[in-house]
Amino acid sequence: MALPQAMMERRLPFPMTEISANRQAGDRTRFALLVIALLVIGSVFSMLFSVTTGASDASVLDVISNMAGSETALSTRDRIIIFDIRLPRAILGFLIGASLAVSGTVMQGLFRNPLADPGLVGVSSGASLGAVTMIVLGGGLAAPLEALFGIYALPAAAFGGGLVTTLLLYRIATRHGQTSAATMLLAGIALSALALAMTGLLIYMANDQQLRDLTFWSMGSLAGATWTKIAAAAPIILLSFTALPFMARGLNAITLGEAAAFHMGVAVQRLKNVAIVGVAAATGASVAASGGIGFVGIVVPHILRMAIGPDHRFMLPAAALLGGSLLIFADVLARTLVAPAELPIGIITAAVGGPFFLWILLKQRSRLAL
Amino acid sequence: MTMRNNLRRIRPWQLALTAAVMALPPIPSAPAVNGFAFVRAAHAEDKKLDTSRLVSVGGDITEIVYALGEENRLIARDTTSIYPEAALKLPNVGYMRALSPEGILAMNPTAIIAVEGSGPKEALAVLKNASVPFETVPSPFTRDGILAKIDRVGTLLGVPDKAKALEAKVGADLDAAVADAEKRPEAERKRVLFILSAQNGRITASGTGTAADGIVKLAGAINAVGAFPGYKTLTDEAIIEARPDIILMMNRGDGAGTRNEDLLAQPAIALTPAGENKAIVRMDGIYLLGFGPRTAAAARELNAAIYGG
Repeated sequence: MALPQAMMERRLPFPMTEISANRQAGDRTRFALLVIALLVIGSVFSMLFSVTTGASDASVLDVISNMAGSETALSTRDRIIIFDIRLPRAILGFLIGASLAVSGTVMQGLFRNPLADPGLVGVSSGASLGAVTMIVLGGGLAAPLEALFGIYALPAAAFGGGLVTTLLLYRIATRHGQTSAATMLLAGIALSALALAMTGLLIYMANDQQLRDLTFWSMGSLAGATWTKIAAAAPIILLSFTALPFMARGLNAITLGEAAAFHMGVAVQRLKNVAIVGVAAATGASVAASGGIGFVGIVVPHILRMAIGPDHRFMLPAAALLGGSLLIFADVLARTLVAPAELPIGIITAAVGGPFFLWILLKQRSRLAL
Repeated sequence: MTMRNNLRRIRPWQLALTAAVMALPPIPSAPAVNGFAFVRAAHAEDKKLDTSRLVSVGGDITEIVYALGEENRLIARDTTSIYPEAALKLPNVGYMRALSPEGILAMNPTAIIAVEGSGPKEALAVLKNASVPFETVPSPFTRDGILAKIDRVGTLLGVPDKAKALEAKVGADLDAAVADAEKRPEAERKRVLFILSAQNGRITASGTGTAADGIVKLAGAINAVGAFPGYKTLTDEAIIEARPDIILMMNRGDGAGTRNEDLLAQPAIALTPAGENKAIVRMDGIYLLGFGPRTAAAARELNAAIYGG
């Protein structure tokens, strides 16, 4: 990634004048737009890359050129690989990566805390509880749910668990129509502990086969990507995204503190309402569709803040694009490294993202002399 | 830069719509994976199973395919298929419960035979859609369970005569092993505690309905903890209460797991008859718990290890 122009200028030895400060702001905007343009190209590339690579030798061009031709067993196989395995995986991967990265950006902005992540609103622990309940009680107590949702009972339960936990947390933290961020953090810790205890109890009841299912679910995977899952998760994620353009300026103002933002004319409480419900829905849908995929939500916002600065007007779209394409690349690695088997994607995001993030951090540290 | 409150542009109807969508549960599985217009799967339900390019999932299934002498059909296996040695040369399609549909399809299989409990369900749905027959074989941990498994695999491979011969041999072998074990009077039966793991001093032992429980019974011994199903972590007092004469563990082969002296140093273990006599038996995991063609030999070996055969 090229060095941000703004970063270079910040190290100028002479004091900033009004003119250079203005020019700097202009440069930063231009640079941010350039980065977003590059990310759009990168996202398109990652999609194409994902659909054309995999464990098998199925070729997109062959499949498309044979579309009109006669059907042989082999061409049917390749069609299924392209349209029913790779394409849904690429689309779902992009959606989930975007959803996690954007949710992380919003949470970090709202709580003014660089360590905030999408799980902060209790959605992750709740979703885990829902999923574990389904895995352990699937045949017994939860049988009616299974009959209703078929193989999608698990994501449905995870989504429900995540949403219920968030709404509960929200009610606890809201008094006289004001939601307190501090109360929310503390109540979140208590609720997560409670959900964890219930999860632990269920894990104790599980047999070894269910335990293995739990292990794989918690590591996350896009292996179960189907058109049905996309149809279930995409509307929720995209609808949550529609609120983002209205939130960017509010999130920018809130960096100065809630009171300051309020006096600048930002409807702080309404912003919180929309942000928390949106994040809970998007994260809940993501966790439900693919299990626990960590790291994306917390690291992507940081990388972008270092690259294009903290302005949410640019951060939010850039986070969606970067999160989406990073998760697609991670999934391609997960599918091809140990082919014909595959790795859980959570391992890849942490193993590749961790060192990369550290490298960026060290580079920045030396440049900013922090 | 003006900080105008752009949030006010959100109308109540927008919020209502958002809430309505979020209240919708995820769409039930109407057209699971065959909802895509480009894909018209040619179903071949009525045809005989073509096992010329076979993927075998589950260590016991793979072992039976080899025992039937039909290993030339195998093109891939799963992570749990590590016996016989030759199976390790086959491509590995992953752990039996986390199969990768594209990885399997990439091998161009004509059929997949898998032990019960293989998955995940989504992978099976994709394979079904790709018209690759996926046959599941149940696996109870009993003598009859092993014979039924051989019978089913033999039928699927279209070699019922070979399967009958193998069943007769394995059945006779098992019966002989059980008969030998049965000769021992009830009063002399020893209590065996199978320890799955002893990490950080927490003993996870096997109750009823497990492969360990099954093999201990076949070897003519008593499961020292028969009061609960599945694998559970036991308290120290429950271990002392169980009074095992023998501790049975898997041989991890990789040096991992708990060393005998560390195990014997635990107060709870030291207070049991097994601890006092330092009676720890270790056997290869797949051999001991696989419930395949070698189970009779494993039962005999375990019997000899327990009673000093």
